Amino acid sequence: SAALHVDLCKATNSTDALQYLLQFARKPVEAESVEGVVRILLEHYYKETDTSVRLKIASLLGLLSKTQGFRPDCIVDDIINTLCNEKSHQVLAQLLDTLLVVGTELPDSPAVRQRLVQVSCKHLSDTYFGVRNKCLQLLGCVGTWKDTLGLLRDVQSIISDYFGDQDPRVRTAALKAMACRLLSDDYEQVRSAAVQMVWVLSQLYPESIVPIPSSNEEIRLVDDAFGKISHMVSDGSWMVRVQAAKTLGSMLQVSPHFLEQTLDKKLMSDLRRKRTAHERAKELFASGEFSSGRKWADDAPKEKLDTNTVNLIASGACGAFVHGLEDEMFEVRIAAVEALCQLARSSPTFAEKCLDFLVDMFNDEIEEVRLQSIHVLRQISTHITLREDQLDTVLAVLEDSSRDIREALHELLCYTNVSTKECIQLALLELLKNLNKYPTDRNSVWKCLKFLGSRHPTLVLPLVPELLSTHPYFDTPEPDMDDPAYIAVLVLVFNAAKSCPTMPALFSDHTFRHYAYLRDSLSHLVPPLRLPGRKQVLGLDPVDSGSASGSVESAQLFLQQSLNRISTIQNLEAPGAQDLLNFTIRDVQRLGHLQTQLSGAADFCATYLRCQLLLMKALQEKLWNMAVPLCLKQNVTATAAARQILEETYKLEFLYGGLENRQIATIHHVRLQAKALQLILSARTRQGLDPLISSCEKFLQEIEAFQRSFLTELPHLHDSFVDKLLELKPRISACSSVELVKILQTTLRQSGLLQLRLPEQIHRATATIIEPTGESDNPLRFTSGLVVALDIDATLEHVQDPQNTVKVQVLYPDGQSHVIHPKPGDFRKPGADRHRLITQVYLSHTAWTEPSQIEVRLLLSYSSASSSLSSSKHLGWSDSSDGLQSPEAVVEGTIPFSKPVKVFIMPKPARR
Amino acid sequence: MPEIKVTPLGAGQDVGRSCILVSIGGKNIMLDCGMHMGYNDDRRFPDFSYITQNGRLTEFLDCVIISHFHLDHCGALPYMSEMVGYDGPIYMTHPTKAICPILLEDFRKITVDKKGETNFFTSQMIKDCMKKVIPLNLHQTVQVDDELEIKAYYAGHVLGAAMVHIKVGSESVVYTGDYNMTPDRHLGAAWIDKCRPDILISESTYATTIRDSKRCRERDFLKKVHESIERGGKVLIPVFALGRAQELCILLETFWERMNLKAPIYFSTGLTEKANHYYKLFITWTNQKIRKTFVQRNMFEFKHIKAFDRSYADNPGPMVVFATPGMLHAGQSLQIFKKWAGNEKNMVIMPGYCVQGTIGHKILNGQRKLEMEGRATLDVKLQVEYMSFSAHADAKGIMQLIRMAEPRNMLLVHGEAVKMEFLKGKIEQEFSINCYMPANGETTTVTTNPSVPVDISLNLLKREMALGGTVCYGDGFLVSSEQALKELGLNEHQLRFTCRVQLQDPHSDPDTLHRIYTHLKSVLKGYTIQHLPDGTVMVESIVIKVSSSAEDPNTKVLLLSWSYQVTFLRC
Repeated sequence: SAALHVDLCKATNSTDALQYLLQFARKPVEAESVEGVVRILLEHYYKETDTSVRLKIASLLGLLSKTQGFRPDCIVDDIINTLCNEKSHQVLAQLLDTLLVVGTELPDSPAVRQRLVQVSCKHLSDTYFGVRNKCLQLLGCVGTWKDTLGLLRDVQSIISDYFGDQDPRVRTAALKAMACRLLSDDYEQVRSAAVQMVWVLSQLYPESIVPIPSSNEEIRLVDDAFGKISHMVSDGSWMVRVQAAKTLGSMLQVSPHFLEQTLDKKLMSDLRRKRTAHERAKELFASGEFSSGRKWADDAPKEKLDTNTVNLIASGACGAFVHGLEDEMFEVRIAAVEALCQLARSSPTFAEKCLDFLVDMFNDEIEEVRLQSIHVLRQISTHITLREDQLDTVLAVLEDSSRDIREALHELLCYTNVSTKECIQLALLELLKNLNKYPTDRNSVWKCLKFLGSRHPTLVLPLVPELLSTHPYFDTPEPDMDDPAYIAVLVLVFNAAKSCPTMPALFSDHTFRHYAYLRDSLSHLVPPLRLPGRKQVLGLDPVDSGSASGSVESAQLFLQQSLNRISTIQNLEAPGAQDLLNFTIRDVQRLGHLQTQLSGAADFCATYLRCQLLLMKALQEKLWNMAVPLCLKQNVTATAAARQILEETYKLEFLYGGLENRQIATIHHVRLQAKALQLILSARTRQGLDPLISSCEKFLQEIEAFQRSFLTELPHLHDSFVDKLLELKPRISACSSVELVKILQTTLRQSGLLQLRLPEQIHRATATIIEPTGESDNPLRFTSGLVVALDIDATLEHVQDPQNTVKVQVLYPDGQSHVIHPKPGDFRKPGADRHRLITQVYLSHTAWTEPSQIEVRLLLSYSSASSSLSSSKHLGWSDSSDGLQSPEAVVEGTIPFSKPVKVFIMPKPARR
Repeated sequence: MPEIKVTPLGAGQDVGRSCILVSIGGKNIMLDCGMHMGYNDDRRFPDFSYITQNGRLTEFLDCVIISHFHLDHCGALPYMSEMVGYDGPIYMTHPTKAICPILLEDFRKITVDKKGETNFFTSQMIKDCMKKVIPLNLHQTVQVDDELEIKAYYAGHVLGAAMVHIKVGSESVVYTGDYNMTPDRHLGAAWIDKCRPDILISESTYATTIRDSKRCRERDFLKKVHESIERGGKVLIPVFALGRAQELCILLETFWERMNLKAPIYFSTGLTEKANHYYKLFITWTNQKIRKTFVQRNMFEFKHIKAFDRSYADNPGPMVVFATPGMLHAGQSLQIFKKWAGNEKNMVIMPGYCVQGTIGHKILNGQRKLEMEGRATLDVKLQVEYMSFSAHADAKGIMQLIRMAEPRNMLLVHGEAVKMEFLKGKIEQEFSINCYMPANGETTTVTTNPSVPVDISLNLLKREMALGGTVCYGDGFLVSSEQALKELGLNEHQLRFTCRVQLQDPHSDPDTLHRIYTHLKSVLKGYTIQHLPDGTVMVESIVIKVSSSAEDPNTKVLLLSWSYQVTFLRC
């Protein structure tokens, strides 16, 4: 210290002094000489005029007061004195920082605290933002100590006053000081809100640098916030824990160094400091300090290290996820798993590290958690390769009794990478075991093996002889082609063979035959192979890659052109129009078969065109010129056509997803035409005026409703039926019903064909019943009067809101039909636009003499009230009640949208 | 200053025979009353003569609280209440009250019937003792008497384990008993609210351990068992009848079901069936999963686990046996161990802590030759595995609890001294609170700073209180001094300080006084100075008089006099 004194006295100008100080800062100072040094520094401080030197001295004071064994309370007064006399803002800020250090060193002295609070309050009115910032920090830090309540209140209100500061940096500091304090509030709602607040701050200013109160180092705000929130994962209230775990998942900007600590409970490096290499080396030594509890007697305390570096609570972020994953409440566990997923998706290294933890979660006691962790693993599986032992744990879950879990696992296996051929063998073995135990998983297992094979061709190759049980010299017996296990093996091998041309050489003769069979029967599972001595039929293969994307565009073009051609038809009576429509319908339908991506749009077009065709045919009937009694027969066909058009329009409206308002208007337009046709027909056939008048009124109301709901679309409907009718509207509403019918008849015949414009995407809702298969010859026997449960498993695609619309219909041979509404819980959602219905329907009937087949099919129910008018959707409850509701009678109906499946049943008479 | 005194009679820097005396606000409370597993002589019970040399304990204790049913926490209860003599209330939770007597009876049978000890408590004594028990509910505040109230919190560890918050006035102590901060297959995690007690008395069995993730441990355990079974070996898992046993049973049961294993699992002693019955009964004390699913299937109805018969131990083929007691110090587990120790295919898995002196402790420390009673030695060839399944909080868990409760002082019991020392350092550094670790019989005294509630009349409060001279009176009610005097029938006394100063001044007395007056007037500006006609000068309330001394007229004596309020003001 004496040397320093001499040096400082020698220094003639400020640069020299600064140099000396910098040199001094590198040397260690013993606890007993600190006070002396401080005095010398202060003395020099008073004399110094240069701000940079004063700044340095102020920071040195802070450093010195952190010296072990030195109690800085004696210098508090000095610092506060200098604070009062200081003019430079920067130095002021630095001095306040020093006070912050002193304050953290003296947590147990209320007098010092009181003074610090006073000082910082005084300087809060400073004009420089840095000073205000520091003051708030000081307040936040000092105020957190347990203290008299009054002081606390003060601090809180003072800090909150600065929420409205003009400088954003100050606002941040104020919020931060507040939020960090509130994290340790007594009430869980407050803590939960504080977690959110810290998160918002970290998202707003992720890169701003914040100092750490306990040291002079600084870290990014997002890292600091991450540490603080990690801490909350071990909070007392589970609501807060859920909140914290969820929040962690969305903090993607956090540094990897911090991220990895969340998986290690024992790593005691505290999160708050960047560490020097030296410190890290020390830490490596220190990490042996706590035992893991896995070995007996390894927990004898080792040599006590400098415990300052090892920090149990400040390092709360250590093992945040370990805590979260073994939390008592499954809500927290699920939140933690989700957070892991989000973080792992953005960081491959982290994904690798958290793998073990996720695999461990497969053993969770709650099925939901297991399922969730399987899904998560699937999502991050692009980043990882499973080791054999991990795969082993994963595969053990295949024996789970829950179907959802097994299927999720199959899906996971589709996307996993494995490292060795043993893994493939293991996976195959377990999958076959699974197939044996749960035969219903057949499709799922095959699909899984398909992907497994195509992903790892080189790993499958060495296994082929064993898998196909071929022998170099002997012919082995030909396996049974109907064995699902054998098919599973073949699916694996063929898919691997696709990208491994040497593999087919290992096949035996019957394998080729089986290939041909499977290629036909299970074409979605078996890829085309270039096999020696076989004709290449590449050209006909629709799934041939390469040209696929191009053909979609050309097909789309073709579709559009066909539609354009239709638009050349001027009106419905034009000659040759029918033929053109017929051909176009045929073309479009064929296109839909070839190009699966466009099948929805093609179907939609075809149906629409068919409506037009029907309408056209009906209008061209000769019956219009004949007298009524002479044409009864033709009349009947026309009536049937009108009804069919109506049905088709409902299909158009409700079976296809992705329709825009424009298309809906077009569909409604067709429907209106069909209704007009019906009206004309009924006017011709039926005698008596009264029913005619009422139906005319109804029709007029419908036109009005149409006009109301498609006001915006009317310009597009130029020259159409409705357009013409609306022109004549004043006349129509005035004239008698007979006149009206005449007007309708002429307009209908003169109106042109409305052109259909296709939206971006049209999907047709489809359903496939997987179970029952309809192949069984064994009737389901049950006693009449009792019920039998029939398991139904179906996949639905592009169905909106299946819970409310999808129904199961059972048709008995006697024409009786039952419609069953499945429970909402029976629908699962494995992917976007895909649903799975797994349910049971109960069958019952009176006794039969012999077994017979019933039909099961799925229905899509619709109601014109709920969705026909898109505008009525946003009518409020009150609006709809005051008569704005369309007067059109609500039409409810169902559309069958799956192939019917036949089930053999046999109700036996009850035994007496 | 009021004090809280804590004296461990057992479990001070030691594991076993937990028994802690607490004196708080004039109340004496005994926390736990356990026995020591490592001793078979008088040392197994706490030394109750510390409380009183002769006679009954009833008048010295206000209540006894038992945290959970493990014998090292309740084993000495019948001895204390019936043989030493105690008739006051004993508090425990409902499950503890139900299970405790079963264990005590079992313990008694082993000691008296098997070892033939005399001078031990009888079945009747256990029954009599249990009659004094008052059951507690979680989070229910129970008034022991007008001042003392206790409240139980969930502690995990075993079924019915509780932490107790003891409160007298504004002073409070929390005793954790044994607790677990990580939930397991059948119990939840300990929880306490921010009650800020004066002392937190915590166990510290795993003071130097931070355990791996629980799932990791479970996987390890299942793997070891599975491998051994596939080799055709027999697996012995020594457990205490209740607690870990049930967790491991659930674990193995679900594993067996999932892996479809056929090897039999046995559970020794009929005691367990009785105990399992209670586990089925007290569903509200178990964890979330069991609570939610018990309507469909109670997890404690085991499918694969059957009762053990002694003859099964010699059956060929693999098997898993849970046997009591857990530290291999006596009973069935020791018998089976002796039978199986010779075969290296077999395995013993110690799922928990073993007290020094037990065989469990010895084999875990790698001893391969054991001396049995009667000079016989036993070669230990079977594999010995340790698996920390015991449900105590680890270092991180203890820190977490401290953070939850925010105590002002910390006191560690139920742990080994060296390890405690380590944790003590950590706690002091981390939370800057005092941490104590008294040995058995050593008293720790903590002074508290309780706030005393005081009522005050509105009138008095409205008057300024700064110099009102109020006195405390009666039961903490503030009254003004006048009223107090009136009520007590006393006159008010004036206290004045006087002082004489001698001056040499030739003038006459009034002249001197006048000179002093003018001088003071010039010096003390801003003060009211009066020259009163009766020959005195008043400076504020200080009176100055002048008189000549009798001998020498030139020597003047100045008499100063002031009241005591002035003294206060000057200071």
